[in-house]
Amino acid sequence: MTSNNKFYSIIVGLAVLAYLATALVDNQYYFFAGFAILQLMIMALAWNILGGYVGYVNFGSAAFFGLGAYAAIFVMEYFKADLFTQIITAGCFSAIVGLATGALTLRLRGVYFAIATLALLVVSETLILNWDYVGGAAGAYILPKRNPTVLGLLIVGKENALFGNYKELLFFVLCIFGLVTIVICRLIERSKFGRGLEALRDNEQAAESMGVPTLRLKLIATTISASIMGFTGGVFPYYMTFIDPISAFNLDISVNALAMPLIGGTATWLGPVLGAVVLGTLQQIATVTISSEINLLIVGLFLVGFVIFAPDGFLGLIKKFRNRGD
Amino acid sequence: MNALVTGILLGGFYAALAIGLSIAFGLLDIVNIAHPAFIILGAFVAFIFNSQFGLDPILVSVIFAPVFFLIGVLIYKVYYASFEKTGAEALRGLAFFFGVMFIIEVLLIIYFGVDFQMVQADYIDFKLTFGGGVDLPFRMLVPFVIAMIMTLGLQYFSSKTFFGKAMQAVAQDPVALRLMAIDPARIKRIAFGISLATCSIAGALFVIVMPIEPSIGRLYIGIVFAIVVLGGLGSQTGTLIGAMLLGLVESLITTFFGPSWSPAVAFGALILVLAFKPTGILGRVGDTRG
Repeated sequence: MTSNNKFYSIIVGLAVLAYLATALVDNQYYFFAGFAILQLMIMALAWNILGGYVGYVNFGSAAFFGLGAYAAIFVMEYFKADLFTQIITAGCFSAIVGLATGALTLRLRGVYFAIATLALLVVSETLILNWDYVGGAAGAYILPKRNPTVLGLLIVGKENALFGNYKELLFFVLCIFGLVTIVICRLIERSKFGRGLEALRDNEQAAESMGVPTLRLKLIATTISASIMGFTGGVFPYYMTFIDPISAFNLDISVNALAMPLIGGTATWLGPVLGAVVLGTLQQIATVTISSEINLLIVGLFLVGFVIFAPDGFLGLIKKFRNRGD
Repeated sequence: MNALVTGILLGGFYAALAIGLSIAFGLLDIVNIAHPAFIILGAFVAFIFNSQFGLDPILVSVIFAPVFFLIGVLIYKVYYASFEKTGAEALRGLAFFFGVMFIIEVLLIIYFGVDFQMVQADYIDFKLTFGGGVDLPFRMLVPFVIAMIMTLGLQYFSSKTFFGKAMQAVAQDPVALRLMAIDPARIKRIAFGISLATCSIAGALFVIVMPIEPSIGRLYIGIVFAIVVLGGLGSQTGTLIGAMLLGLVESLITTFFGPSWSPAVAFGALILVLAFKPTGILGRVGDTRG
């Protein structure tokens, strides 16, 4: 079996496993923790498309996430749209914002892009705080529809439905989306586009003079990254059934999205996945056993420790360990 | 009229927050995202000594400035060895300061909780009132005066003394400096120490101006970077002008539209400046591109 076939069979296998889990596992805590870790993982993968492959630091992941969440709220309020329309709108909206931010700042040195994304975060939070239609500072509640159907199939219900409740459905949706994101990242890594990104990360001027359209590549990468963050944000309000600007635009989301790839390793999609799964699990355990402040401290310490002592993250450590074995 | 006065006072206060960063970011090219977090750390130091021993917050901050200086020297040592030497400052150096910021914040939260804290001093509630509805509250005036002393002092220091000139030289051409048998890393170490020492004093001013809580520094990241970029990197005069401008705009916006809009203005200004005039008002040309 070629490595490609193997990879895709594992992806499909995981998707099936995720569905079986929603049918068989009763303890709802696992879905809660799983959802949190999946969200970390997807945000980390999305951040890595720009941060890891291109080397541009995005501090505003929470902006794209929050704008996605609020785009979903808006279409729900205004058009009474269903879950899937909401999620798609969320992704598209964040993609547009990402493209615009990139167009304004990606011509500058990377540092300025980083600061601009941080600014974007505060601007968008302030705008939403002052916009009462989507709840303003008080936040908004989301009431899930009862017994939704797609193509005549009952999706969520007590009996004869695909999922027992909304949390399980959303867990499954995020799972599928996570797997799709992994596939996207892997495709990028192996494409001409990905090699272009790599070239411009290593030396932007050299890449440019070799005919790599650097600005266009950066814009595409930013747009993909932002839209994935938006999709993730689009699922979030439905899952929480309540959302306010402070939780949707929280800087914690940004630091997590950036820390996971740097801790796991930025070179391939495996790094963010490893980082998110290991640290996310650690965070969940710390939240339950100690306190929720501790889990941010863990991320901070890991982040600083890894960037100083293990610049290539878990992946780098694994590689080193293997080489020593030979 | 009152809005203008408030704006100028606020601008002075902002100058104190941003002046250290104008050295770190403007001259040394160190993107210290954690700068506001260090200011809040300074504010909490002032708060502890004020609430425990009744000491004046500004006095405390001056005493602690050398400690912050040493912290700065240490951080720069780590930063230089881990990132600058290997050329990894763009990605990992940024992440490093982001991580430092979170560690400071969480430690403060664990120690002090998330409640707002404030300091006591005789002059804080004092207020001068003039005709025409103009007020001069001392809680803004005292920080304004100290900020001016600090900004102008640094301005004098960097343009007149040997070391100050060396700092400018590091920004312009570190290789030439090395040829003159001066170690750029040493200059930068001390300069970054000075940058953090200003955080101690700015922290005391901060806690005089308003109550503090551990993560309030986040709101000021955009403001301080906006000021430094607006002022043209590394220029103290520019920083002062940028700070005044932002203080005025914010004060006017607060008066006419309400305080909930003011953060968007500062950050919006930053995005616009970056997009259309990245060299700032008194800019160093050809520095932000490429």
